[in-house]
Amino acid sequence: MTASTGPLVELRGAVKEFPGARRGDAVHRAVDGVDLSVERGEIFAIIGYSGAGKSTLVRLVNALEPVTAGSVVVDGVDVTTLSERGLRELRRGIGMVFQQFNLMESRTVWGNLAFPLTVAGMAREEQQRRISELLHFVGLADKAHARVGDLSGGQKQRVGIARALATNPPLLLADEATSALDPDTTRDVLDLLERVNRELGVTILLITHEMDVVRRIAHRVAVMDAGKVVEQGPVVDVFTEPQHDVTRRFVRTVVEDVPDPDVVAALRERHPGRFVRLAFRDTAGRPSQAFAAFARHDVGFELVHGGIEEIQGTSFGNLTVALTGDAAAVDAALAELAPVVPWTEVA
Amino acid sequence: MTALGIDTRLGDLQPEFWQAAGETLVMASTGLVLGGLLGLALGLGLYVTRGGGLYANRPLFVVLNVIVNFFRPIPFVIFVAALQPLARVVIGTGIEIWAATFAITIAAIFGVSRIVEQNLVTVSPGVIEAARAMGASRARIALTVVLPEALGPLILGFTFAFVAIVDMTAIAGVVAGGGLGSFAQRFGFRQFDQVITWSAIVVLVGFVMIIQLGGNTLARRVMRR
Repeated sequence: MTASTGPLVELRGAVKEFPGARRGDAVHRAVDGVDLSVERGEIFAIIGYSGAGKSTLVRLVNALEPVTAGSVVVDGVDVTTLSERGLRELRRGIGMVFQQFNLMESRTVWGNLAFPLTVAGMAREEQQRRISELLHFVGLADKAHARVGDLSGGQKQRVGIARALATNPPLLLADEATSALDPDTTRDVLDLLERVNRELGVTILLITHEMDVVRRIAHRVAVMDAGKVVEQGPVVDVFTEPQHDVTRRFVRTVVEDVPDPDVVAALRERHPGRFVRLAFRDTAGRPSQAFAAFARHDVGFELVHGGIEEIQGTSFGNLTVALTGDAAAVDAALAELAPVVPWTEVA
Repeated sequence: MTALGIDTRLGDLQPEFWQAAGETLVMASTGLVLGGLLGLALGLGLYVTRGGGLYANRPLFVVLNVIVNFFRPIPFVIFVAALQPLARVVIGTGIEIWAATFAITIAAIFGVSRIVEQNLVTVSPGVIEAARAMGASRARIALTVVLPEALGPLILGFTFAFVAIVDMTAIAGVVAGGGLGSFAQRFGFRQFDQVITWSAIVVLVGFVMIIQLGGNTLARRVMRR
């Protein structure tokens, strides 16, 4: 890859259409005019529901799928102009990790790691050294000669990551890398990806349908829906101020928002008073300020729902409280809070 | 001589019997090796040219597919006769063991190619995609990813094909090809000598069992890797 200073990956008006299943069927537009840039050294996440087009999008980057229209520039090179040979060279500089690992069952762990090195034309003695280095990095030094079929899912994904890193690519594409793993193993694999980013300086473009993955390791995130990027920005901004409905739904999977109506109904049976949702953002008011204001106005308060989350050094969250006492006092307390703690009535 | 109280000429015909067994072995093993290799190539051709394949090429796939579909169902007893002129051109004779072997090999190519194609399509598309993502060329993927990934089932497929090939050798007599099949017909069936018929059967079954055992063992070892 040539060294340059712009974004590592840049998509401009990228469109990918697939022909309909039968002759005469309408074409399916999986990616619909996406603009995106991934900066060097960051972990960029693309989140979306199944069928949103994110798997196709990530394949535009290493041209496993050629774009129908628009441009895809990787490290200053427009991939749409590359020949078959040029594409093979491009792909050697881009590692890829898959949901189903996609390891060769006919080879041992060692054999799987040797494959990309052989493809890159590395001499056998040098391969030895590189493979043992990789195995140590992913913590599988004792599994070098294990059959792939004997590994656990988490171990397979570690081999997948080692394989993707074999040729020292500056960019790693992770296609739902943790979606086939249990929560503990997911944490291990995410930690490993974070180390890959931090220690090796590898830029990671990962796609996922789990907001938790985004929260744990991504720096920036793009939300995809029906082939389009509907929202993108730093993870903290997207979590605290989601603009699009799809984003809000994703955020709600990891951050408590307003309780569901049936939950509210159940809560009302046990808690008297007025239900209000308080939104806390690190930069503005803190829960203690709210509680102090209630106390000052002699308002009784009960925390009935919600929680405070911490994302990359920023705390935020939503708390639903049941307020009791004089109605005018409640109003006064809320009026005092409004400038620092945005609140909404819970119906 | 009598065996099990039945009159039989097996004792007198022992030299011919073992010669016939040798002919069957020659025809079957040549058919398996040559037909197997060329069938592997044709099967790989079908696999890579089909829709979504590494070298997807619809016209070429259609041509290969039609050829295989045309020749594969021809009953071998007719096929061996129909191939006689071609055998004369290619190997210089239209009769005896090599003409039969020629026909067996050609028939095996078509039979094996389908078995190969069917086994290759079971290789995970994800593994192929991973190899593409690593920048491997299509030829490298076909030869060093797809074939090794399918090796276990391929070995079982070849074992299965061997039984069909042994079946074909029994018809070699049509062009005076010899072998245990025609021996059993000439001296067993036509002369009401059940001992000869069943002796030929036992030896043929022995061949098949040995190959089946070898194939199973090899496939198990490969698939456990």
